[in-house]
Amino acid sequence: MDHLVELLLELGLLTVGLGVLGAIAGRFSISAIPLYLLAGLAFGEGGIYELHSSAEFIEIGAEIGVILLLFVLGLEYSPPELMSTMRTSWKSAIVDVVSNAGPGVAVALLMGWGPVAAMVLGGVTYVSSSGIIAKMLSDLNWLGNRETPTVLAILVAEDLIMALYLPILTTVLAGVAFSQAAWGLGFAALAISVAFIIASRGGQWLGHWLDSPSDEVLLLKVLGIILVVSGLAEQIHVSAAVGAFFVGMALSGEVSQTTERVVEPLKYLFAAFFFVNFGLQTDPSQLPPVLLIAFALAIVSMATKFGTGWWAAKQSKLGFSAKLRAGLVLLPRGEFSIVIAGLAVSAGVVPELAPLAAAYVLIMAAAGPLLVRLADPIAKRRIKRLRAARRQARQDSAVV
Amino acid sequence: MDVERTELPGIGVRFEMETKRGVRMGVVAHREGRRDLVVYDPDDPDTTLECIVLDSDEASSIGELLGGARIVEKLNRLHHEIDNLVSRKLTVAGNSPYAGKTLGDTKARTRTGASVVAVIHDDVVSTQPAPTTVLNPGDRLVTIGTDESVNAVDRILHGSK
Repeated sequence: MDHLVELLLELGLLTVGLGVLGAIAGRFSISAIPLYLLAGLAFGEGGIYELHSSAEFIEIGAEIGVILLLFVLGLEYSPPELMSTMRTSWKSAIVDVVSNAGPGVAVALLMGWGPVAAMVLGGVTYVSSSGIIAKMLSDLNWLGNRETPTVLAILVAEDLIMALYLPILTTVLAGVAFSQAAWGLGFAALAISVAFIIASRGGQWLGHWLDSPSDEVLLLKVLGIILVVSGLAEQIHVSAAVGAFFVGMALSGEVSQTTERVVEPLKYLFAAFFFVNFGLQTDPSQLPPVLLIAFALAIVSMATKFGTGWWAAKQSKLGFSAKLRAGLVLLPRGEFSIVIAGLAVSAGVVPELAPLAAAYVLIMAAAGPLLVRLADPIAKRRIKRLRAARRQARQDSAVV
Repeated sequence: MDVERTELPGIGVRFEMETKRGVRMGVVAHREGRRDLVVYDPDDPDTTLECIVLDSDEASSIGELLGGARIVEKLNRLHHEIDNLVSRKLTVAGNSPYAGKTLGDTKARTRTGASVVAVIHDDVVSTQPAPTTVLNPGDRLVTIGTDESVNAVDRILHGSK
């Protein structure tokens, strides 16, 4: 077959397949991320059919995908929101880090994979998927609930911590030495301050420059800036994705909303490629040996995340049903975990990391949205029981 | 009515309120214009019982209906009051006894019941004139009241009373 024909057919069929998978995910109200990963596993090395011509394109697409994914995540919150959230909920943030990075770190150390792998796996189990969770809150009509601000505060804190963690991780991975971490930390602090200054002071100027007569012009300008900053970030061994994350943080206000609207379709396409590519890089035959660890890790980190949500809601003096929902809604891990694992894989840390992360995210991204549906029935049953008990008590006292 | 405002980072703002009849409700205002109208469970104030998702057009239509009723009421009330009201511009003539005096000197309101709601001086309109406002020849006074009372003010300005 002609190379171009094969490329177009492979890409076309893959993309249509992803569309169908997305529809299936929507039908069962789970996240599409695990299905994209499975698609990647099926078409990679050791899968049912190996992509020939399009593999290279998908790999580049995946790079752009992770850049856009993190850029949009950075857009989500404005610096004032980040700061005020950290002021009010730093306690939950600390509880969150300690209890949820713990299982990942412990497993990596127990397996004897060393401190760098522990740092990676800790990140994978720590960070909840703000994408999946925001969608769940909206789909379940939970945005009005009293615990939602508490849940969102945890997600905001996680994003801010990611902004610190990712540059440090990438420098450690690049140098594979902890002496490098200081440089990463310095860079992170610098980048966050620059992003904050631009967002609060230069927003006007940046907005003015980006204020374009058409979406076309805006898209080209924004995408250009993101790619340039990402390239520079990659050059100084802070990954491209992290650079894009900071560009997203620096944009705020009116500009960030129009930008998000324009960039979103591109993000959908390339982020799907990113998840597929992660699956492509993973050999399915490596999955069975790590499945048991992945399950154990999933169960433990579900428990710790549930505890975190419960504790945070309790701090906000909320009732039983709100605590239950806050605990369950935080469970899914998704895009960030795959980003972290992807960074580690390309840096060539322990080979087991990729299949373990893939299996873990498969479980968490699929189970989270399903488990969350338990919240309402449990809460309703409890209220019924309490009412019955109250009635019983009234009858008893009436008899006496 | 007390409205409680809560920031929802990354999403928008939530407003919560309670009606006089004890229904807790709220509005989630999304950044991109979507509005969720939320009613809370009376048994469990943390939980949403009902959530109506509206896009920005729907939200503003409903807002017009809710607020519109009050506007219609107000208009009707005004209309009743306006039925026998007139508003006229009365000119301060050069030979008026009140040219160069203040508005308070005319005692127009006490004597007639009509109100001077604005003074037009050199095409500049100053609303809510104070009793200390000085009247110059050629100024026009926007006066509201019954036909009778406005005519009375006109007569006062001409010094024919």
